[in-house]
Amino acid sequence: MKQFIIFVKKEFRHIFRDRKSLLIIIMMPIVQIILFGFALTNEIKNSNIAVLDNAKDEASRAIIQRLDASRYFNVTRYLHASQDIEAAFKSGTVRLVVVFQPDFRESLMHSGKAQVQLIADASDPNTATTVTNYAGNIISDYQKEMSPQVQPPYSIRPEIRMLYNPQLKGAYNFVPGVMAMILILISAMMTSVAIVREKEINTMEVLLVSPLKPLLFILSKAIPYVFLSLVNVSTILLVSVTLLEVPINGSLLLLMGESFLFILTSVSLGLMISNLTKTQQEAQMFSLMTLMLPTLLLGGFMFPIESMPLPLQIISNIVPSKWFFLIVKDVMIKGLGFSAVWKESLVLVGMTLFLLAVSFKKFKTRLA
Amino acid sequence: MNAVTVHNLVKTYSSKKEKVTAMQDVSFTVKQGELFGLIGPDGAGKTSLFRILTTLLLADSGTASVDGFDVVKQYQDIRNRVGYMPGKFSLYQDMTVEENLEFFASIFNTSIEANYDLVKDIYVQIAPFKNRRAGKLSGGMKQKLALCCALIHKPSVLFLDEPTTGVDAVSRKEFWEMLKGLKQQGITILVSTPYMDEAAMCDRVALMQLGKIMSIDTPPNIISRFGEKLWAVRSANMYRLLTDLKKYSNTESCNSFGEYHHLVLKNDDTDAVLRYLGEQNHTAVELKPAQPNIEDCFMQLMNNN
Amino acid sequence: MKETVIKAERLTKKFGDFTATNQISFEVEKGEIFGFLGANGAGKTTAMRMLCGLSIPSSGNATVAGYDVYKQTELIKQNIGYMSQKFSLYEDLTVKENIRFYAGIYGMGSAEIKTKMNALLQQLQMTAEENSLVGSLPLGWKQKLAFSVAILHEPKIVFLDEPTGGVDPVTRREFWNLIYEAAEKGITVFVTTHYMDEAEYCNRISIMVDGKIEALDTPHNLKTIFHASSMDEVFLQLARGAKRTAD
Repeated sequence: MKQFIIFVKKEFRHIFRDRKSLLIIIMMPIVQIILFGFALTNEIKNSNIAVLDNAKDEASRAIIQRLDASRYFNVTRYLHASQDIEAAFKSGTVRLVVVFQPDFRESLMHSGKAQVQLIADASDPNTATTVTNYAGNIISDYQKEMSPQVQPPYSIRPEIRMLYNPQLKGAYNFVPGVMAMILILISAMMTSVAIVREKEINTMEVLLVSPLKPLLFILSKAIPYVFLSLVNVSTILLVSVTLLEVPINGSLLLLMGESFLFILTSVSLGLMISNLTKTQQEAQMFSLMTLMLPTLLLGGFMFPIESMPLPLQIISNIVPSKWFFLIVKDVMIKGLGFSAVWKESLVLVGMTLFLLAVSFKKFKTRLA
Repeated sequence: MNAVTVHNLVKTYSSKKEKVTAMQDVSFTVKQGELFGLIGPDGAGKTSLFRILTTLLLADSGTASVDGFDVVKQYQDIRNRVGYMPGKFSLYQDMTVEENLEFFASIFNTSIEANYDLVKDIYVQIAPFKNRRAGKLSGGMKQKLALCCALIHKPSVLFLDEPTTGVDAVSRKEFWEMLKGLKQQGITILVSTPYMDEAAMCDRVALMQLGKIMSIDTPPNIISRFGEKLWAVRSANMYRLLTDLKKYSNTESCNSFGEYHHLVLKNDDTDAVLRYLGEQNHTAVELKPAQPNIEDCFMQLMNNN
Repeated sequence: MKETVIKAERLTKKFGDFTATNQISFEVEKGEIFGFLGANGAGKTTAMRMLCGLSIPSSGNATVAGYDVYKQTELIKQNIGYMSQKFSLYEDLTVKENIRFYAGIYGMGSAEIKTKMNALLQQLQMTAEENSLVGSLPLGWKQKLAFSVAILHEPKIVFLDEPTGGVDPVTRREFWNLIYEAAEKGITVFVTTHYMDEAEYCNRISIMVDGKIEALDTPHNLKTIFHASSMDEVFLQLARGAKRTAD
């Protein structure tokens, strides 16, 4: 036991004496959350839009009012002819123009067909999609209220495909995403680097030629990073709740528990990597390529998995971050309990056990 | 009982292009309490041999045992009882002297206090700096600390892989004095070094080159087998003297050795040599009999192989 | 006829309140083999860095190949060669590629590189190995090659930092023969070593203790002054008095 305590103490010494790395580990989550938060949330708020109301009747005015009242849009211009539309965009201040057909209300009431045209500045396609989505939602809300008895209410629904949009509810998506990314980086990469460093400075040879058990070695290496990762989870949640107003709707205890599970998965990944690499640089590159990129690309929070080609969808299942992302979304955002995430949790448990088993089996008790 | 037995060890490393033989058919024994030196340059196979004996590497063929335990089957027993200081061993640079020693004591399930007697003589020299980080120590101090760390669990056999490489002459001398002290306490020591002059400090040495043991014996016995008359020569221009002597028809071998060149002649007609050097306009020529040392023997063996 | 190529006057380097090199003064002549000895941490590396133009002195003056170590460091670098035990050649490049790379750094034309490369490979008897990776060569060959590359651009001075550590005794002597040849051609050789027999091969030796040069003379004179039978003894007498324990 004393052996173990001294070893863990030594690992903490390495971490605390390397001030620069420690600062990066502690600050990275905060910086990332803030960067993502402000870069993504300011975008769609209070976008300027213009209106060309050829109907000027009750229904068109009601819709315009609703658009203006929403926190996404400000109606800043009223156009008079369709020639003005281009000029409005060229002025550079307008993101969307809403065009109502003449006799809008008449057509809606009598023929059941009314047209609204949404014209967006697609030079920034992401924003264009988002603003048309928002406007489309507002219009269909209005229509649902007008004719609740009509099912389905397709008559003035604008022709817009409901594309999945990561920015639609940015903060809700990226907080779980950044959590997955930070945890896998800190736990897996730092653990693997810490082990490989012993190989690099030749202390590994001495540790091997000692009665020290591999299990003890691995545990002592992992514990400090599990601890640091838990600190990171706490800071991420704190910053999310206070600065970004993303609430924790579900049980905090469950959320921490699931994070702990994911940290274990990441640490076992780090162990695997340390078995496969010889230098710290190699371990870092390997971690970035096999952990960071899949987490970003296939984790589900940057790009929707549903719209990927089938092979990529299948591959995404072996990315642990994907499962953790789903869990955090369900628990933190949707406020669901363990019954909703037990399957995903089981997948992570399975992955962890598998990785640990392989790492212990592959742990080299000799050189080469 | 022998502390170390090595029998027909062979070790090769294969890379993409070629197969490198690190050790070809190496056999020897080390008696308990002996200070045994493996002398040879980089690439002689010393490190591979040490790694096999410390159970870190598996040999291709052959057997070896340490303290009666087989290096393959009973490797755990060996790990519990030997001390090992790898080449270029650098300790934990970000930890203090005391923290390093405490750590290595604990991984061997012991404490500094329990075996303090053994390291005392060495530790008192670095004790004034016990709160200094290992990375801030000089080369000689680092070696002393590393030796303490390898000794702290009272090993029965101590393996030191090139402990004096890159260390200045004073520290080297001190290091060897420490080894002599440890030998007094009954610890078997195997030490490797590329410095030929250090052979004299060992009870017995193995001269290694390119994976083979060329000779194995006590230093005086190795020197007595040199078997040829050796002359020390010098003149005002040493470099020209060397090239001229190498061209001389009666020269068997000629190597520079500090302020003299060591010369072996085909027949010992020294007057002819002096005449020849006179013809070549050498001044201040001095020629006298010389005692061969281990380095002379090593080069002779290299040439014969 | 004597030409001074290195001249140091009260050259000093301080790191905070630690004086690594303390007012050292010496001169080295053209074609001389100058041994620069001292215990680990005596201040050799710091002094060598200043002379190579890699580190600006805290005080004192020095010129190397006629150039000032404060203002003309770029010109110094053009006129010196450098090799050490730790850094020599790229292990993952072939012999030829290494030669071409270093020659290129010093701005040689491709025709010149080709002639010099062939001469060099022949002199070292390494023509058969020209396409081998440097990492696959024995240490002694590497060091001989590294030295030849360091003097390929015919520098006025070559700095060698423990060039022969771990090299076998035969190759070590071959290495020194290369040094002698370079010196005969007029290249000044500034060398550090832990092998005391190699100290004897130098024309003159300086021994540093705790940042100061405590002795500077020919090996023969040093032995006379210190009543010693070998350089080893001279060195031990001087270095045993050292106070310093850290680099």
